[in-house]
Amino acid sequence: MKYLCLIYDDEKKWETMSKAEADAYMGEYFQFTENIKTSGHYLGGNALKPVQTATTIRSRNGKLSTTDGPFAETKEQLGGYYLIEARDLNDALQVAQKIPSVRTGSIEVRPIQEFN
Amino acid sequence: MEARETVDAVYRAESRRVLATLIRLLGDFDRAEEAMHDAFIAAVEHWPREGVPDNPRAWLVSTGRFKAIDAMRRRARFDAALGELATQIEAATNDASAWDDQAVEDDRLRLIFTCCHPALTPDAQVALTLREVCGLTTEEIARAFLTSPSTVAQRIVRAKTKIRDARIPYQVPERADIPARLDTVLHVVYLVFNEGYSASAGESLTRHDLSGEAIRLGRLLADLLAEAEVIGLLALMLLHESRRAARTKESGELVLLDEQDRTRWNREQIVEGCALVERALTGRRFGPYTLQAAIAAVHAEARTAADTDWAQIVGLYDVLVRADPSPVVELNRAAAIAMRDGPAAGLAIVDAILGRGELESYHLAHSARADLCRRLGRMADARASYERALALAKQEPERHFLEKRLRELPPS
Repeated sequence: MKYLCLIYDDEKKWETMSKAEADAYMGEYFQFTENIKTSGHYLGGNALKPVQTATTIRSRNGKLSTTDGPFAETKEQLGGYYLIEARDLNDALQVAQKIPSVRTGSIEVRPIQEFN
Repeated sequence: MEARETVDAVYRAESRRVLATLIRLLGDFDRAEEAMHDAFIAAVEHWPREGVPDNPRAWLVSTGRFKAIDAMRRRARFDAALGELATQIEAATNDASAWDDQAVEDDRLRLIFTCCHPALTPDAQVALTLREVCGLTTEEIARAFLTSPSTVAQRIVRAKTKIRDARIPYQVPERADIPARLDTVLHVVYLVFNEGYSASAGESLTRHDLSGEAIRLGRLLADLLAEAEVIGLLALMLLHESRRAARTKESGELVLLDEQDRTRWNREQIVEGCALVERALTGRRFGPYTLQAAIAAVHAEARTAADTDWAQIVGLYDVLVRADPSPVVELNRAAAIAMRDGPAAGLAIVDAILGRGELESYHLAHSARADLCRRLGRMADARASYERALALAKQEPERHFLEKRLRELPPS
């Protein structure tokens, strides 16, 4: 079964990190990605650019509105995701709890709806 | 015994085991429940004519499995995927060793861990455990938790949907994950127990049953999984339960531990609880439940309140504060220190905890402070703290108790 691991964290923490700290953190992410490729869990994943680059659109009664920013302002922002293949929720949670941001932000694990 | 009575007796003794195994074989809670009911209906038809089978449980599992596969095949006319699933289930569970005695006991543990999966809300964990593991009806659960049957039913439906859609597996966690997952299970059991134990007089009848149910669950867990904390929790529940008759007056008014009539304590439960505490303490992995049980055991072994070994209780609290740091544990430790070293020593600690602001809205912190002030003769402070406690207390017996203390306070 496929699960999407949505990574939420406070983007501002990057500003307070030294270059060495940021490099070490990115290194952890690269290592994690390698590990879940080896274990066969990895299907895909990406980091997202900061939330200030986000644009939200909605169409009501045929009228399109376009606004700057995310759908909702929150303390933690969606910063990236992994799409994984896991045996069941326990397996998916085992993978998700090794995502580096679990220690500072939070990971939402959602099963993918399959339509056949 | 009439065959019909036998079916009833088997239902009471075995229906939870049969259900737990059918959930594994059929991979779905609702399908398993339907299969189990069909199996018992078949038993009512067949057993009077053909005699009760040698192994009624195995007969019920096998019949339920067969009925479920049959029903899926019939429905396959409308949903082809069901037919395929039926064939898969049939092939995967063909061997009767899939429901031998050991497999069945493992299934009970699987069921408990699944109902108490941390991905479900605590409310759902409790409702699902009482429904599926204990076999209570939604009406019984609703009465015990003072809520509506539709609320309970909705919680159970949502939990089952999540189990299915997020694919929460039907399994006992791996060895390394057991301590963390067991925490959730024990928390659910203790929550059920406390709902029954802290009940006020009016509804004490149904809610008392809840404590009994929690103790039954605790026994089941201790049989299935001999972890120190499982045994410790069972001991803790038994030792609390042993005081039930003495802790409220007929009017429903609470009686504090030091004022309870100790001849009304249940000796049988105390003996069992104390033996379990000793057993749990010999295990290396004991934790907060065992330590709380050990404290309860020291109280239980004191013939009178004055005989209480406060030094030992303070020692146990010292360990508990490290094992499970929380302001409530610190508060209880302060009360024990007050008994060992005098009220002034206890009050200094209570004031320090309240000073941190953590227990500001916890009525027991204020009533503990009031009590210590009273014993020190600081009546104005005592009055203020009792009043603060009364403003925060919600349970009727506790409110009556605080009102009484206020009335009895000499003028300052």
